[in-house]
Amino acid sequence: MNRALYALLVTLVLLLSWQSIVWLTGVPRYILPSPQRVLETLWSQRNLITEHALITLLEVVLGLILGVLLGVVTAVTIAYSRLARIWLRPMLLISQALPVFALAPLLTLWFGYGLTSKVMMALLIIFFPVTSALFDGLMRTPTAYIDLAKTMGASRWSLMFRIRFPAALPNLASGIRLAAVYAPIGAVIGEWVGSSQGLGYLMLLANGRVKTDLMFASMLVLAALSVGLYFLIDASLRRMLRY
Amino acid sequence: MIRIQGACSVNHQSLFSGLDLTLAEGKWTCLLGSSGVGKSTLLRLLAGLPTGAEFSGVITGAPEHVAYMAQQDLLMPWLNVQENVLLGPRLRGEPGHLERAQALLEQVGLGGFEQRPVSQLSGGQRQRVALARTLMEDRELVLLDEPFGALDARTRSQMQELTADCLYGRTVLLVTHDPAEAARMGESIYLMTAQGVESIPAMQGPPPQAFDKPELLKLQTQLLHRLRGDTLKGSVN
Repeated sequence: MNRALYALLVTLVLLLSWQSIVWLTGVPRYILPSPQRVLETLWSQRNLITEHALITLLEVVLGLILGVLLGVVTAVTIAYSRLARIWLRPMLLISQALPVFALAPLLTLWFGYGLTSKVMMALLIIFFPVTSALFDGLMRTPTAYIDLAKTMGASRWSLMFRIRFPAALPNLASGIRLAAVYAPIGAVIGEWVGSSQGLGYLMLLANGRVKTDLMFASMLVLAALSVGLYFLIDASLRRMLRY
Repeated sequence: MIRIQGACSVNHQSLFSGLDLTLAEGKWTCLLGSSGVGKSTLLRLLAGLPTGAEFSGVITGAPEHVAYMAQQDLLMPWLNVQENVLLGPRLRGEPGHLERAQALLEQVGLGGFEQRPVSQLSGGQRQRVALARTLMEDRELVLLDEPFGALDARTRSQMQELTADCLYGRTVLLVTHDPAEAARMGESIYLMTAQGVESIPAMQGPPPQAFDKPELLKLQTQLLHRLRGDTLKGSVN
């Protein structure tokens, strides 16, 4: 309750200082629109913004789901098999040397202007944090757990899925939290490079037409979306994982 | 009867040598020694676990599967009490055993705790769940690696009694650094020091000994002296 109150207070102070900068400097509205004007645009353009926000949300959620799934499969594979570790780990590291943003034009070329290239972008950007967080956890199972399981006659398979994987779930959760922050970045970059839909597209469009208020409104919605998604994911992870 | 003879070294440095240890069937054997003297290595050898040491010698009569209980309770935090007791069958992919788990939990005084998350248990309760999990394995040979070391004195003495009761009739090797525990629980006692391993006459009768017996206190004192390497004037009587 107190924390919510503080957050509200901080927001109010920020809005007030923003508004006073606009008043005091008399900066033209196409450079910095006043918060009041942004909120008015947000309301008057709510249908347009919602339409594009839903597209971006869909890209982010799909990218998250697929990226987490792919990350989990990869991490478990390289933790389970030494051979996979020898082959896949260098590839993973090399893939990280390439900035994912540099791949965006290529992805657009390969997967088109639609949803797929943005989902791929989000997937690629979260794949590594998820994989490395879970892999770390899988390689750091307390040895005492493994000893106990071995005296009980556990197979390698059941050691992985009944001991190492559940023991690494808190690490996976940290990876997913990071992914929730990165995924919207990936989706918006993808939209900037080439699209006809989504908040990233809308921002570029508004920018090009010097509708700075619409750009600010889109940004506000994007921020709200990302923060909302993060808190939703964080809260559900906390509920599911109590250790 | 299980017998271990031989020597053990780590990085060509001798850990212990000239070892000759016998575990009598259905009895408690205590291995007493200070930290770092190689007690746990010996126990891990018996359990078939990696030791990081080189063992040259023979182990005869040891069963393939043992039950193992350590100082940390090693309860899996993502499983509830009952699921922790059923860890062995879960890992081997054997379904069922529910009734036995229930009975064991009642035996260790935790009936009604089945569905509790283990994070809600006290240290003593956790160790009792670990005991039930050890009993679930139903092995002839039970290896205990300082299982009561982290408990407070009251809980420890109660756990000693409960464990002796629950493991009655099984062959037990208890590794401990506590002379009082060795004196109370051992039907035979081995003292392990840097100089080697020697057998020390233990109390008569099955454990646990009443902790206020004068002879027990005397044995305990003697064990502590030996552990410290004090030179004794004559024999302690």
